Amino acid sequence: MSDQPILRTEHLTFRYTTEEGVAPTVLDGVSLTIRPGEFVAVLGHNGSGKSTLAKHFNAILLPSGGKVWVDGMDSCDEDKLLDIRRRVGMVFQNPDNQIVASVVEEDVAFGPENLGVPSAEIRERVDAALAAVGMTDYARHAPHLLSGGQKQRVAIAGVLAMRPRCIVLDEPTAMLDPVGRKEVLDTIRRLNREQNITVVLITHHMDEAAQADRLIVMHDGHIVADDKPELVFQNVDGLRSLGLEVPEPVALLYELRQAGVDVPLTALTVDECAGVLKELLCIVP
Amino acid sequence: MGAIIETKQLTHTYSQGTPFEHTALDCVDFSASRGEYLAVIGRTGSGKSTLIQHLNGLLKPTAGQVLFDGADIWESKDRTRQVRCQVGLVFQYPEYQLFEETVYQDIAFGPKNMGLDRDEVDRRVKQSARFVGLEPGVLEKSPFDLSGGQKRRVAIAGVIAMEPQVLVLDEPTAGLDPSGAARILDNIRTYHQEKNACIILVSHSMEEVAREADRLVVIHRGAIPFSGTPERVFTHGEELEAMGLGVPAMTRVFARLRSMGVDLPASVYTIPQAREAVLAALHRREEH
Repeated sequence: MSDQPILRTEHLTFRYTTEEGVAPTVLDGVSLTIRPGEFVAVLGHNGSGKSTLAKHFNAILLPSGGKVWVDGMDSCDEDKLLDIRRRVGMVFQNPDNQIVASVVEEDVAFGPENLGVPSAEIRERVDAALAAVGMTDYARHAPHLLSGGQKQRVAIAGVLAMRPRCIVLDEPTAMLDPVGRKEVLDTIRRLNREQNITVVLITHHMDEAAQADRLIVMHDGHIVADDKPELVFQNVDGLRSLGLEVPEPVALLYELRQAGVDVPLTALTVDECAGVLKELLCIVP
Repeated sequence: MGAIIETKQLTHTYSQGTPFEHTALDCVDFSASRGEYLAVIGRTGSGKSTLIQHLNGLLKPTAGQVLFDGADIWESKDRTRQVRCQVGLVFQYPEYQLFEETVYQDIAFGPKNMGLDRDEVDRRVKQSARFVGLEPGVLEKSPFDLSGGQKRRVAIAGVIAMEPQVLVLDEPTAGLDPSGAARILDNIRTYHQEKNACIILVSHSMEEVAREADRLVVIHRGAIPFSGTPERVFTHGEELEAMGLGVPAMTRVFARLRSMGVDLPASVYTIPQAREAVLAALHRREEH
Protein backbone atom coordinates (compact mmCIF):
# COMPACT_ATOMS: atom_id res chain seq x y z
CA MET A 1 0.00 0.00 0.00
CA SER A 2 1.13 3.52 -0.60
CA ASP A 3 1.21 4.13 3.12
CA GLN A 4 4.09 1.70 3.48
CA PRO A 5 7.42 3.54 3.39
CA ILE A 6 9.51 2.69 0.33
CA LEU A 7 12.66 3.07 2.43
CA ARG A 8 12.99 2.86 6.17
CA THR A 9 16.02 2.63 8.41
CA GLU A 10 15.98 2.16 12.14
CA HIS A 11 19.09 2.89 14.23
CA LEU A 12 21.17 2.00 11.19
CA THR A 13 24.85 1.69 12.09
CA PHE A 14 27.64 0.81 9.71
CA ARG A 15 31.35 0.18 10.26
CA TYR A 16 33.88 -0.78 7.63
CA THR A 17 36.14 -3.63 8.67
CA THR A 18 39.79 -2.99 7.92
CA GLU A 19 42.82 -5.28 7.94
CA GLU A 20 43.93 -4.04 11.36
CA GLY A 21 40.45 -4.68 12.65
CA VAL A 22 39.98 -0.99 13.47
CA ALA A 23 36.48 -0.15 12.40
CA PRO A 24 35.57 3.50 11.98
CA THR A 25 31.84 4.09 12.36
CA VAL A 26 30.45 5.63 9.18
CA LEU A 27 26.76 5.59 10.06
CA ASP A 28 25.80 6.01 13.67
CA GLY A 29 22.17 5.24 14.45
CA VAL A 30 20.38 6.67 11.42
CA SER A 31 16.58 6.43 11.55
CA LEU A 32 14.77 7.59 8.47
CA THR A 33 11.50 7.05 6.60
CA ILE A 34 11.00 7.86 2.92
CA ARG A 35 7.50 7.51 1.46
CA PRO A 36 6.58 6.57 -2.12
CA GLY A 37 6.71 9.51 -4.54
CA GLU A 38 9.01 11.70 -2.44
CA PHE A 39 11.93 13.60 -3.99
CA VAL A 40 14.61 13.69 -1.31
CA ALA A 41 18.05 15.29 -1.62
CA VAL A 42 20.91 14.33 0.69
CA LEU A 43 23.72 16.80 1.42
CA GLY A 44 26.85 16.32 3.48
CA HIS A 45 30.58 16.86 3.24
CA ASN A 46 32.86 14.17 1.78
CA GLY A 47 32.99 11.40 4.34
CA SER A 48 29.76 12.37 6.10
CA GLY A 49 28.26 8.96 5.38
CA LYS A 50 25.77 9.91 2.67
CA SER A 51 27.05 7.49 0.01
CA THR A 52 27.27 4.73 2.59
CA LEU A 53 23.65 5.41 3.50
CA ALA A 54 22.65 5.28 -0.17
CA LYS A 55 24.31 1.91 -0.63
CA HIS A 56 22.08 0.50 2.10
CA PHE A 57 18.99 1.40 0.09
CA ASN A 58 19.39 -1.53 -2.30
CA ALA A 59 21.45 -3.86 -0.15
CA ILE A 60 24.85 -3.18 -1.71
CA LEU A 61 25.87 -2.74 1.92
CA LEU A 62 24.21 -4.44 4.87
CA PRO A 63 23.88 -2.83 8.31
CA SER A 64 26.42 -3.53 11.05
CA GLY A 65 23.63 -2.65 13.47
CA GLY A 66 19.98 -1.64 13.20
CA LYS A 67 17.70 -2.41 10.29
CA VAL A 68 16.87 -1.33 6.74
CA TRP A 69 13.54 -2.11 5.08
CA VAL A 70 13.01 -1.64 1.37
CA ASP A 71 9.31 -1.58 0.53
CA GLY A 72 8.76 -3.57 3.69
CA MET A 73 11.50 -6.13 2.98
CA ASP A 74 14.35 -6.57 5.45
CA SER A 75 17.57 -5.88 3.48
CA CYS A 76 19.34 -8.68 5.38
CA ASP A 77 16.88 -11.26 4.02
CA GLU A 78 18.91 -12.95 1.26
CA ASP A 79 15.80 -14.40 -0.38
CA LYS A 80 14.54 -10.89 -0.98
CA LEU A 81 17.76 -9.55 -2.54
CA LEU A 82 16.55 -9.71 -6.15
CA ASP A 83 13.22 -8.12 -5.23
CA ILE A 84 15.01 -5.33 -3.39
CA ARG A 85 17.31 -4.62 -6.33
CA ARG A 86 14.25 -4.55 -8.61
CA ARG A 87 12.51 -2.10 -6.35
CA VAL A 88 15.41 0.34 -5.93
CA GLY A 89 17.82 1.22 -8.77
CA MET A 90 21.14 3.01 -8.32
CA VAL A 91 22.87 5.53 -10.58
CA PHE A 92 26.49 6.49 -9.82
CA GLN A 93 28.82 9.39 -10.50
CA ASN A 94 30.81 8.18 -13.47
CA PRO A 95 28.66 7.26 -16.49
CA ASP A 96 31.57 5.41 -18.11
CA ASN A 97 31.65 2.86 -15.30
CA GLN A 98 27.96 2.02 -15.67
CA ILE A 99 27.57 1.35 -19.35
CA VAL A 100 28.28 -2.22 -20.39
CA ALA A 101 27.03 -2.66 -23.97
CA SER A 102 28.24 -1.12 -27.24
CA VAL A 103 24.76 -0.08 -28.40
CA VAL A 104 22.51 2.18 -26.29
CA GLU A 105 19.39 0.00 -26.46
CA GLU A 106 21.33 -3.15 -25.63
CA ASP A 107 22.72 -1.43 -22.59
CA VAL A 108 19.26 -0.47 -21.42
CA ALA A 109 18.08 -4.07 -22.04
CA PHE A 110 20.83 -5.52 -19.84
CA GLY A 111 18.85 -5.25 -16.60
CA PRO A 112 15.53 -6.76 -17.74
CA GLU A 113 17.41 -9.50 -19.65
CA ASN A 114 19.03 -10.51 -16.38
CA LEU A 115 15.67 -10.53 -14.68
CA GLY A 116 14.48 -13.07 -17.27
CA VAL A 117 11.84 -10.76 -18.74
CA PRO A 118 10.33 -12.18 -22.01
CA SER A 119 11.89 -10.55 -25.07
CA ALA A 120 8.72 -8.84 -26.33
CA GLU A 121 8.37 -7.14 -22.99
CA ILE A 122 12.05 -6.20 -22.94
CA ARG A 123 11.48 -4.35 -26.23
CA GLU A 124 8.56 -2.53 -24.71
CA ARG A 125 10.45 -1.63 -21.53
CA VAL A 126 13.54 -0.42 -23.40
CA ASP A 127 11.47 1.80 -25.68
CA ALA A 128 9.54 3.23 -22.75
CA ALA A 129 12.70 3.83 -20.71
CA LEU A 130 14.51 5.59 -23.56
CA ALA A 131 11.43 7.72 -24.23
CA ALA A 132 11.22 8.65 -20.55
CA VAL A 133 14.77 10.05 -20.55
CA GLY A 134 14.44 11.62 -24.03
CA MET A 135 16.98 9.34 -25.70
CA THR A 136 14.76 7.46 -28.19
CA ASP A 137 16.64 8.92 -31.16
CA TYR A 138 19.89 7.47 -29.84
CA ALA A 139 18.68 3.87 -29.39
CA ARG A 140 21.10 2.50 -32.00
CA HIS A 141 24.02 4.78 -31.16
CA ALA A 142 27.30 3.79 -29.54
CA PRO A 143 27.28 4.97 -25.90
CA HIS A 144 30.93 6.07 -25.88
CA LEU A 145 30.18 8.73 -28.49
CA LEU A 146 27.49 10.40 -26.36
CA SER A 147 27.98 13.44 -24.12
CA GLY A 148 28.24 12.98 -20.35
CA GLY A 149 24.65 14.11 -19.79
CA GLN A 150 23.38 11.72 -22.46
CA LYS A 151 25.38 8.83 -20.97
CA GLN A 152 23.90 9.51 -17.54
CA ARG A 153 20.42 9.53 -19.06
CA VAL A 154 21.16 6.14 -20.66
CA ALA A 155 22.28 4.89 -17.24
CA ILE A 156 18.98 6.15 -15.78
CA ALA A 157 17.07 4.43 -18.62
CA GLY A 158 18.91 1.20 -17.77
CA VAL A 159 17.60 1.48 -14.22
CA LEU A 160 14.10 2.43 -15.40
CA ALA A 161 13.89 -0.68 -17.59
CA MET A 162 13.92 -2.69 -14.36
CA ARG A 163 10.68 -0.85 -13.45
CA PRO A 164 11.89 0.31 -10.03
CA ARG A 165 9.74 2.21 -7.57
CA CYS A 166 12.69 4.22 -6.34
CA ILE A 167 15.90 5.54 -7.91
CA VAL A 168 18.91 6.46 -5.79
CA LEU A 169 21.43 8.72 -7.54
CA ASP A 170 24.88 9.25 -6.02
CA GLU A 171 26.28 12.55 -7.34
CA PRO A 172 25.03 11.87 -10.87
CA THR A 173 26.09 15.30 -12.17
CA ALA A 174 29.56 15.68 -10.62
CA MET A 175 31.30 15.00 -13.92
CA LEU A 176 28.91 16.90 -16.19
CA ASP A 177 28.92 20.36 -17.77
CA PRO A 178 26.04 22.79 -17.06
CA VAL A 179 23.85 21.49 -19.90
CA GLY A 180 24.47 17.88 -18.91
CA ARG A 181 23.55 18.71 -15.32
CA LYS A 182 20.32 20.34 -16.37
CA GLU A 183 19.41 17.39 -18.65
CA VAL A 184 19.86 14.94 -15.81
CA LEU A 185 18.04 17.05 -13.21
CA ASP A 186 15.11 17.73 -15.54
CA THR A 187 14.88 14.00 -16.28
CA ILE A 188 14.87 13.08 -12.58
CA ARG A 189 12.21 15.65 -11.77
CA ARG A 190 9.99 14.51 -14.61
CA LEU A 191 10.23 10.85 -13.58
CA ASN A 192 9.31 11.84 -10.06
CA ARG A 193 6.34 13.96 -11.08
CA GLU A 194 4.95 11.97 -13.99
CA GLN A 195 5.70 8.40 -12.98
CA ASN A 196 5.64 8.94 -9.23
CA ILE A 197 9.05 7.31 -8.85
CA THR A 198 10.66 8.00 -5.49
CA VAL A 199 13.97 9.83 -5.94
CA VAL A 200 16.90 10.02 -3.53
CA LEU A 201 19.50 12.43 -4.90
CA ILE A 202 22.91 12.69 -3.28
CA THR A 203 24.64 15.86 -4.38
CA HIS A 204 27.23 18.54 -3.64
CA HIS A 205 25.36 21.12 -5.69
CA MET A 206 23.20 23.31 -3.47
CA ASP A 207 21.06 24.46 -6.39
CA GLU A 208 20.20 20.81 -7.15
CA ALA A 209 19.34 20.11 -3.52
CA ALA A 210 17.07 23.17 -3.60
CA GLN A 211 14.91 21.47 -6.25
CA ALA A 212 13.93 18.56 -4.00
CA ASP A 213 10.80 18.42 -1.84
CA ARG A 214 12.79 17.35 1.18
CA LEU A 215 16.39 17.87 2.17
CA ILE A 216 18.40 15.68 4.52
CA VAL A 217 21.77 16.87 5.82
CA MET A 218 24.30 14.28 7.01
CA HIS A 219 27.26 14.96 9.28
CA ASP A 220 29.63 12.42 10.85
CA GLY A 221 27.22 9.55 10.29
CA HIS A 222 24.19 11.35 11.72
CA ILE A 223 21.21 13.13 10.23
CA VAL A 224 21.51 16.73 11.44
CA ALA A 225 18.67 18.29 9.44
CA ASP A 226 15.63 16.90 7.65
CA ASP A 227 13.06 19.37 6.35
CA LYS A 228 11.89 21.35 3.33
CA PRO A 229 14.88 22.87 1.46
CA GLU A 230 13.66 26.44 2.03
CA LEU A 231 13.72 25.81 5.78
CA VAL A 232 17.03 23.92 5.91
CA PHE A 233 18.80 26.58 3.85
CA GLN A 234 17.76 29.34 6.27
CA ASN A 235 20.34 28.04 8.70
CA VAL A 236 23.23 29.58 6.77
CA ASP A 237 25.72 29.64 9.65
CA GLY A 238 24.87 26.09 10.68
CA LEU A 239 25.39 24.70 7.18
CA ARG A 240 28.66 26.59 6.75
CA SER A 241 29.96 25.23 10.04
CA LEU A 242 29.43 21.73 8.54
CA GLY A 243 31.49 22.63 5.47
CA LEU A 244 28.40 23.12 3.33
CA GLU A 245 27.00 26.12 1.52
CA VAL A 246 23.62 27.56 0.57
CA PRO A 247 22.36 28.35 -2.95
CA GLU A 248 23.71 31.68 -4.25
CA PRO A 249 20.33 33.49 -4.00
CA VAL A 250 20.12 32.60 -0.29
CA ALA A 251 23.75 33.65 0.20
CA LEU A 252 22.98 37.10 -1.23
CA LEU A 253 19.87 37.57 0.92
CA TYR A 254 21.89 36.48 3.96
CA GLU A 255 24.54 39.12 3.18
CA LEU A 256 21.84 41.75 2.89
CA ARG A 257 20.36 40.74 6.23
CA GLN A 258 23.81 40.99 7.80
CA ALA A 259 23.90 44.55 6.45
CA GLY A 260 20.64 45.29 8.24
CA VAL A 261 18.22 44.92 5.33
CA ASP A 262 14.98 43.15 6.20
CA VAL A 263 14.61 40.39 3.59
CA PRO A 264 13.40 36.81 4.02
CA LEU A 265 15.88 33.96 3.48
CA THR A 266 13.40 31.68 1.75
CA ALA A 267 14.12 32.53 -1.92
CA LEU A 268 16.02 29.52 -3.29
CA THR A 269 15.84 30.20 -7.01
CA VAL A 270 16.94 33.06 -9.24
CA ASP A 271 13.33 34.03 -9.93
CA GLU A 272 12.31 33.96 -6.27
CA CYS A 273 15.37 36.02 -5.33
CA ALA A 274 14.62 38.59 -8.05
CA GLY A 275 11.05 38.75 -6.75
CA VAL A 276 12.20 39.48 -3.19
CA LEU A 277 14.63 42.16 -4.36
CA LYS A 278 12.07 43.78 -6.63
CA GLU A 279 9.70 44.15 -3.71
CA LEU A 280 12.51 45.55 -1.59
CA LEU A 281 13.66 48.09 -4.18
CA CYS A 282 10.33 49.16 -5.63
CA ILE A 283 8.28 49.90 -2.53
CA VAL A 284 7.99 53.66 -2.12
CA PRO A 285 9.21 54.47 1.39
CA MET B 1 53.03 42.09 -20.04
CA GLY B 2 54.30 39.50 -22.52
CA ALA B 3 52.66 36.14 -23.02
CA ILE B 4 54.28 33.28 -21.13
CA ILE B 5 52.37 30.71 -23.13
CA GLU B 6 50.52 31.13 -26.39
CA THR B 7 49.19 29.22 -29.35
CA LYS B 8 49.30 30.56 -32.89
CA GLN B 9 46.75 29.28 -35.39
CA LEU B 10 46.71 26.01 -33.47
CA THR B 11 44.81 23.24 -35.25
CA HIS B 12 44.40 19.70 -34.00
CA THR B 13 42.74 16.95 -35.96
CA TYR B 14 42.20 13.56 -34.35
CA SER B 15 42.44 10.35 -36.46
CA GLN B 16 43.47 12.27 -39.53
CA GLY B 17 42.95 10.38 -42.78
CA THR B 18 40.43 7.96 -41.27
CA PRO B 19 36.61 8.00 -41.42
CA PHE B 20 36.71 9.19 -37.76
CA GLU B 21 38.64 12.34 -38.61
CA HIS B 22 37.60 15.13 -36.28
CA THR B 23 39.01 18.62 -35.98
CA ALA B 24 38.94 19.51 -32.28
CA LEU B 25 40.75 22.84 -32.58
CA ASP B 26 40.65 25.06 -35.61
CA CYS B 27 43.23 27.88 -35.95
CA VAL B 28 43.12 28.87 -32.29
CA ASP B 29 45.07 31.89 -31.03
CA PHE B 30 45.29 31.64 -27.26
CA SER B 31 47.61 33.44 -24.91
CA ALA B 32 48.20 33.76 -21.19
CA SER B 33 50.50 36.23 -19.44
CA ARG B 34 52.90 35.74 -16.55
CA GLY B 35 51.02 36.11 -13.28
CA GLU B 36 47.61 35.98 -14.90
CA TYR B 37 44.71 33.96 -13.42
CA LEU B 38 42.73 32.67 -16.33
CA ALA B 39 39.69 30.41 -16.58
CA VAL B 40 38.76 28.34 -19.61
CA ILE B 41 35.08 27.51 -19.98
CA GLY B 42 33.36 25.35 -22.58
CA ARG B 43 31.07 22.37 -22.92
CA THR B 44 32.24 18.77 -22.88
CA GLY B 45 33.64 18.18 -26.36
CA SER B 46 34.25 21.89 -27.06
CA GLY B 47 38.00 21.34 -27.47
CA LYS B 48 39.18 22.69 -24.11
CA SER B 49 40.92 19.48 -23.02
CA THR B 50 42.61 19.25 -26.41
CA LEU B 51 43.84 22.82 -25.97
CA ILE B 52 45.30 22.34 -22.50
CA GLN B 53 47.06 19.13 -23.53
CA HIS B 54 48.92 21.17 -26.14
CA LEU B 55 50.19 23.62 -23.54
CA ASN B 56 52.77 21.21 -22.13
CA GLY B 57 53.33 19.16 -25.23
CA LEU B 58 51.18 16.13 -24.47
CA LEU B 59 49.61 16.61 -27.87
CA LYS B 60 51.43 17.84 -30.96
CA PRO B 61 49.71 20.39 -33.18
CA THR B 62 48.43 19.18 -36.54
CA ALA B 63 49.15 22.73 -37.70
CA GLY B 64 50.18 25.95 -36.01
CA GLN B 65 52.45 26.55 -33.04
CA VAL B 66 52.63 26.46 -29.26
CA LEU B 67 55.09 29.01 -27.83
CA PHE B 68 56.48 29.10 -24.30
CA ASP B 69 58.30 32.33 -23.46
CA GLY B 70 58.28 33.20 -27.13
CA ALA B 71 59.90 30.02 -28.47
CA ASP B 72 58.26 26.97 -30.07
CA ILE B 73 57.96 24.13 -27.57
CA TRP B 74 58.63 21.59 -30.33
CA GLU B 75 61.87 23.29 -31.40
CA SER B 76 63.99 20.47 -29.93
CA LYS B 77 63.58 17.45 -27.67
CA ASP B 78 65.29 19.33 -24.83
CA ARG B 79 62.96 22.26 -25.20
CA THR B 80 59.86 20.05 -25.04
CA ARG B 81 61.20 18.33 -21.94
CA GLN B 82 61.98 21.65 -20.28
CA VAL B 83 58.51 22.99 -21.00
CA ARG B 84 56.91 19.91 -19.43
CA CYS B 85 58.46 21.00 -16.11
CA GLN B 86 57.48 24.63 -16.61
CA VAL B 87 53.87 23.98 -17.50
CA GLY B 88 52.25 21.77 -14.85
CA LEU B 89 49.08 19.96 -15.80
CA VAL B 90 46.65 18.64 -13.17
CA PHE B 91 44.12 16.33 -14.78
CA GLN B 92 40.53 15.69 -13.79
CA TYR B 93 40.28 13.36 -10.79
CA PRO B 94 44.09 13.37 -10.37
CA GLU B 95 43.79 11.27 -7.21
CA TYR B 96 43.46 8.20 -9.44
CA GLN B 97 47.02 8.78 -10.60
CA LEU B 98 48.68 8.42 -7.20
CA PHE B 99 50.86 5.33 -7.17
CA GLU B 100 53.75 5.57 -4.69
CA GLU B 101 54.02 3.95 -1.28
CA THR B 102 54.02 7.19 0.66
CA VAL B 103 52.66 10.64 0.11
CA TYR B 104 56.23 11.99 0.31
CA GLN B 105 57.43 9.72 -2.51
CA ASP B 106 54.45 10.57 -4.64
CA ILE B 107 55.04 14.31 -4.38
CA ALA B 108 58.80 13.79 -4.90
CA PHE B 109 58.31 11.89 -8.18
CA GLY B 110 58.21 14.99 -10.42
CA PRO B 111 61.15 16.92 -8.93
CA LYS B 112 63.25 13.72 -8.82
CA ASN B 113 62.66 13.21 -12.51
CA MET B 114 63.84 16.75 -13.12
CA GLY B 115 67.23 15.58 -11.83
CA LEU B 116 67.24 17.79 -8.73
CA ASP B 117 69.47 16.82 -5.80
CA ARG B 118 68.03 15.25 -2.69
CA ASP B 119 68.00 18.41 -0.55
CA GLU B 120 66.20 20.41 -3.22
CA VAL B 121 63.66 17.60 -3.72
CA ASP B 122 63.09 17.55 0.03
CA ARG B 123 62.61 21.31 0.19
CA ARG B 124 60.12 21.20 -2.66
CA VAL B 125 58.12 18.29 -1.25
CA LYS B 126 57.77 20.07 2.08
CA GLN B 127 56.94 23.39 0.52
CA SER B 128 54.30 22.03 -1.84
CA ALA B 129 52.77 19.97 0.96
CA ARG B 130 52.47 23.23 2.89
CA PHE B 131 50.93 24.98 -0.13
CA VAL B 132 48.10 22.47 -0.29
CA GLY B 133 47.66 22.35 3.48
CA LEU B 134 48.88 18.79 4.15
CA GLU B 135 50.09 18.24 7.71
CA PRO B 136 53.72 17.00 7.94
CA GLY B 137 52.44 13.77 9.54
CA VAL B 138 50.58 12.89 6.36
CA LEU B 139 53.79 12.67 4.33
CA GLU B 140 54.73 9.24 5.64
CA LYS B 141 51.25 7.77 5.13
CA SER B 142 50.16 5.73 2.15
CA PRO B 143 48.24 7.97 -0.26
CA PHE B 144 45.57 5.28 -0.42
CA ASP B 145 44.70 5.76 3.25
CA LEU B 146 43.67 9.39 2.74
CA SER B 147 40.24 10.90 2.12
CA GLY B 148 39.23 11.93 -1.40
CA GLY B 149 39.91 15.62 -0.82
CA GLN B 150 43.32 14.92 0.74
CA LYS B 151 44.31 12.61 -2.13
CA ARG B 152 43.48 15.33 -4.58
CA ARG B 153 45.64 17.80 -2.67
CA VAL B 154 48.53 15.29 -2.78
CA ALA B 155 48.13 15.01 -6.56
CA ILE B 156 48.17 18.80 -6.92
CA ALA B 157 51.22 19.04 -4.62
CA GLY B 158 53.01 16.61 -6.93
CA VAL B 159 52.61 19.03 -9.82
CA ILE B 160 53.35 22.15 -7.74
CA ALA B 161 56.61 20.51 -6.55
CA MET B 162 57.99 21.00 -10.06
CA GLU B 163 57.43 24.74 -9.44
CA PRO B 164 55.84 25.32 -12.83
CA GLN B 165 55.45 28.88 -14.05
CA VAL B 166 52.16 27.89 -15.61
CA LEU B 167 49.76 25.70 -13.63
CA VAL B 168 46.87 24.22 -15.60
CA LEU B 169 44.07 22.51 -13.65
CA ASP B 170 41.22 20.60 -15.29
CA GLU B 171 38.18 20.81 -13.00
CA PRO B 172 40.11 20.59 -9.75
CA THR B 173 36.96 20.87 -7.60
CA ALA B 174 34.73 18.29 -9.36
CA GLY B 175 33.12 15.92 -6.86
CA LEU B 176 34.30 17.82 -3.76
CA ASP B 177 32.03 19.26 -1.09
CA PRO B 178 31.88 23.08 -0.82
CA SER B 179 34.53 23.39 1.90
CA GLY B 180 36.85 20.92 0.15
CA ALA B 181 36.41 22.89 -3.07
CA ALA B 182 37.05 26.21 -1.30
CA ARG B 183 40.26 24.85 0.25
CA ILE B 184 41.63 23.70 -3.11
CA LEU B 185 40.81 27.06 -4.69
CA ASP B 186 42.59 28.79 -1.77
CA ASN B 187 45.67 26.61 -2.35
CA ILE B 188 45.69 27.55 -6.02
CA ARG B 189 45.35 31.24 -5.20
CA THR B 190 48.25 31.02 -2.70
CA TYR B 191 50.47 29.42 -5.33
CA HIS B 192 49.40 32.06 -7.83
CA GLN B 193 50.28 34.93 -5.49
CA GLU B 194 53.46 33.63 -3.89
CA LYS B 195 55.07 32.43 -7.13
CA ASN B 196 53.52 35.00 -9.46
CA ALA B 197 52.56 31.93 -11.49
CA CYS B 198 50.11 31.88 -14.37
CA ILE B 199 47.01 29.83 -13.50
CA ILE B 200 44.75 28.29 -16.13
CA LEU B 201 41.63 26.88 -14.48
CA VAL B 202 39.20 24.73 -16.44
CA SER B 203 35.79 24.68 -14.77
CA HIS B 204 32.13 23.98 -15.42
CA SER B 205 30.99 26.27 -12.63
CA MET B 206 30.27 29.80 -13.79
CA GLU B 207 30.07 30.95 -10.16
CA GLU B 208 33.52 29.54 -9.49
CA VAL B 209 35.22 31.16 -12.49
CA ALA B 210 33.42 34.44 -11.77
CA ARG B 211 34.94 34.49 -8.26
CA GLU B 212 38.43 33.27 -9.08
CA ALA B 213 39.61 34.40 -12.49
CA ASP B 214 40.80 37.76 -13.85
CA ARG B 215 39.99 36.74 -17.40
CA LEU B 216 37.77 34.13 -19.04
CA VAL B 217 38.39 32.33 -22.31
CA VAL B 218 35.33 30.70 -23.88
CA ILE B 219 35.89 27.68 -26.12
CA HIS B 220 33.15 26.55 -28.44
CA ARG B 221 33.40 24.08 -31.32
CA GLY B 222 37.17 24.27 -31.46
CA ALA B 223 37.38 28.08 -31.55
CA ILE B 224 37.46 31.00 -29.09
CA PRO B 225 34.34 33.10 -29.74
CA PHE B 226 35.18 35.52 -26.92
CA SER B 227 37.47 36.20 -24.03
CA GLY B 228 37.86 39.02 -21.54
CA THR B 229 37.09 40.00 -17.96
CA PRO B 230 34.20 38.08 -16.36
CA GLU B 231 32.25 41.33 -16.44
CA ARG B 232 32.56 41.56 -20.21
CA VAL B 233 32.15 37.87 -21.01
CA PHE B 234 29.02 37.53 -18.88
CA THR B 235 27.28 40.29 -20.84
CA HIS B 236 27.00 37.65 -23.62
CA GLY B 237 24.37 35.80 -21.58
CA GLU B 238 22.27 34.55 -24.45
CA GLU B 239 25.20 33.38 -26.55
CA LEU B 240 26.69 31.57 -23.54
CA GLU B 241 23.34 29.95 -22.89
CA ALA B 242 23.19 28.79 -26.52
CA MET B 243 26.68 27.30 -26.12
CA GLY B 244 25.44 25.33 -23.14
CA LEU B 245 27.31 27.42 -20.56
CA GLY B 246 25.11 30.07 -19.05
CA VAL B 247 26.05 32.83 -16.60
CA PRO B 248 26.41 32.90 -12.79
CA ALA B 249 23.26 32.90 -10.66
CA MET B 250 23.86 36.54 -9.58
CA THR B 251 24.04 37.69 -13.20
CA ARG B 252 20.70 35.98 -13.81
CA VAL B 253 19.10 37.55 -10.73
CA PHE B 254 20.16 41.02 -11.90
CA ALA B 255 19.13 40.43 -15.52
CA ARG B 256 15.71 39.37 -14.23
CA LEU B 257 15.41 42.51 -12.08
CA ARG B 258 16.47 44.77 -14.95
CA SER B 259 13.87 43.15 -17.21
CA MET B 260 11.28 44.03 -14.55
CA GLY B 261 12.33 47.65 -14.84
CA VAL B 262 14.51 47.94 -11.73
CA ASP B 263 17.45 50.27 -12.30
CA LEU B 264 20.55 48.22 -11.45
CA PRO B 265 23.99 47.77 -13.02
CA ALA B 266 24.38 45.00 -15.63
CA SER B 267 27.91 44.07 -14.60
CA VAL B 268 27.14 42.05 -11.44
CA TYR B 269 28.35 38.44 -11.30
CA THR B 270 29.44 37.70 -7.71
CA ILE B 271 27.68 37.87 -4.33
CA PRO B 272 29.79 40.77 -2.95
CA GLN B 273 29.04 42.79 -6.09
CA ALA B 274 25.34 41.98 -5.84
CA ARG B 275 25.32 43.01 -2.18
CA GLU B 276 26.97 46.35 -2.98
CA ALA B 277 24.63 47.02 -5.90
CA VAL B 278 21.49 46.35 -3.82
CA LEU B 279 22.75 48.45 -0.89
CA ALA B 280 23.64 51.31 -3.25
CA ALA B 281 20.17 51.16 -4.83
CA LEU B 282 18.56 51.25 -1.37
CA HIS B 283 20.71 54.21 -0.43
CA ARG B 284 19.74 56.11 -3.59
CA ARG B 285 16.09 55.46 -2.87
CA GLU B 286 16.38 56.88 0.63
CA GLU B 287 17.97 60.06 -0.64
CA HIS B 288 15.01 60.78 -2.90
